[in-house]
Amino acid sequence: MTSKVIDSSTLADLFRDGMTIGIGGWGARRKPMALVAALIRSGARDLRIVSFGGPDVGMLCATGQVKEVIHGFVTLDSIAVEPHFASARQAGNVKTIELDESMLVSGLRAAGRRLPFEVTRTGLGSDVLGANPQIRTITSPYTDGETLVAMPAVELDLALIHLNRADHLGNGQCLGPDPYVDDLFARAAKTTILSAESIISTRELTQGHHPATLLLNRTMVNHVFEAPGGAHFTTCLPDYPRNEEWQREYAHSASSPALWEEFRTRYIDKEHVWTPGGQQ
Amino acid sequence: MSEVTMPQVTRAEIAVTACSDLFRGQGDILASPAGIIPTIGARLAALTHAPDLMLSDGESTIYAGVPSLEHQGVPGGFLPYRELFELIAAGKRHVVMGGAQIDREGNHNFSAIGEHTKPHRQLLGSRAAAANTINHRTSYWIPKHSRRSMVQQVDFVTGVGRTRAEHAGKGAARFHQVHQVVSNLGVFDFNGPGHTMSLVSIHPGVSVEEVIESTGFDLNIPDAVQSTRLPNRQELQLIREVLDPLHRREQEVRS
Repeated sequence: MTSKVIDSSTLADLFRDGMTIGIGGWGARRKPMALVAALIRSGARDLRIVSFGGPDVGMLCATGQVKEVIHGFVTLDSIAVEPHFASARQAGNVKTIELDESMLVSGLRAAGRRLPFEVTRTGLGSDVLGANPQIRTITSPYTDGETLVAMPAVELDLALIHLNRADHLGNGQCLGPDPYVDDLFARAAKTTILSAESIISTRELTQGHHPATLLLNRTMVNHVFEAPGGAHFTTCLPDYPRNEEWQREYAHSASSPALWEEFRTRYIDKEHVWTPGGQQ
Repeated sequence: MSEVTMPQVTRAEIAVTACSDLFRGQGDILASPAGIIPTIGARLAALTHAPDLMLSDGESTIYAGVPSLEHQGVPGGFLPYRELFELIAAGKRHVVMGGAQIDREGNHNFSAIGEHTKPHRQLLGSRAAAANTINHRTSYWIPKHSRRSMVQQVDFVTGVGRTRAEHAGKGAARFHQVHQVVSNLGVFDFNGPGHTMSLVSIHPGVSVEEVIESTGFDLNIPDAVQSTRLPNRQELQLIREVLDPLHRREQEVRS
């Protein structure tokens, strides 16, 4: 069967101006940071980013590549407010569609199912609806007659996901504590790029691990990119925890343009393989 | 309670007990406390009057028992975010949320302060406040009760108060239940006229004037003001010796 494994130059060619890009993970947990760095190096602009946001959103705000962020929150977990995102918001430099977390889940699920919307109770009465008049309500056609939210499908051009392990066919394995909704991102996207700590054979994936750990099957993935340390400095359990020291340095870099340039030059501008457990 | 053997009860310990009492009569639901004091409170409830409460680490693990703050706990179930949203939609939960602002009608905000298109202070974002308030019982924890946190009208409604829920239709009001607010000064509910905030009790050592001074709107004050109950001997022992031996509660609310 055909290998979906790509190298970094092929990866760089997958990004285009104006794309709507969904980014897996959650806050500062298992974010596809190697893929985000590749997106930054590509220089693609006017992006719409869909994310349960963490430093992925913050970095793309700091580089000015984002036009609009569609999110349920943006946080670094151990640092509650994402400082680069906050700077962009407070300067009025980035538009947002702010959703309740479960509404974003509904929108991604609808897109993956090729439906125009998913019905939910969530959002009723909140300013999420007031601030987003494009989100409509619907009346139940049954005897209850309830007014509910018709959460529109959140369709993606591209999904970026990082998992512990993958094979060359695009089967992806999550060994960590929470799959988040990475499978919904993959299904909502025209094209899904999966990075993994390691690429191994299909047979090896299930040696010692239940097949239920295979979060993504190969119908959901178009490209596979090997990226050891590819979620660093966010968590990628059980491979590594969050690197809180780097995260603090990243957060601190929001305090001046010079510090951000320094951070970017050191950690993003050059392709960088971070070795778990190695000296920093 | 023996004054000889029991050192003075702190404000933090009274707040813990008040948070525990939020869960009275509840069982076989997930108690989801945010903050140190509500976390101790929910665990205290599970160890005393509400033994069937389900507790989690706030991430993907349901606890088999009731761990102290300093222990990881024994896993007793799996609750990744996708399952948490199903549990919320099924209504099997009581959340105690923190918030930057709560208003007179029980609306809540932890999204951003100021104009939402260009806020002067960006906070977390909406998270699941809209889902929580519209689907199951919600309480609030305000560790610093002030005119900045208790406001006439929140800047952006993330969690929905009763009046807004009713205006959004019967589908919105059907499972909506904002229960109580516990702060460092007292306990409050929304049983005032038009579901506005009322004082339920003030913590011992707090005056009604201090509560009124620290609140950015007209609070309904009952004629006879109740005092928040003190923890009993068993509760104090559980708080001090079992759940929070390192006194982390005292960092969240100082006496």
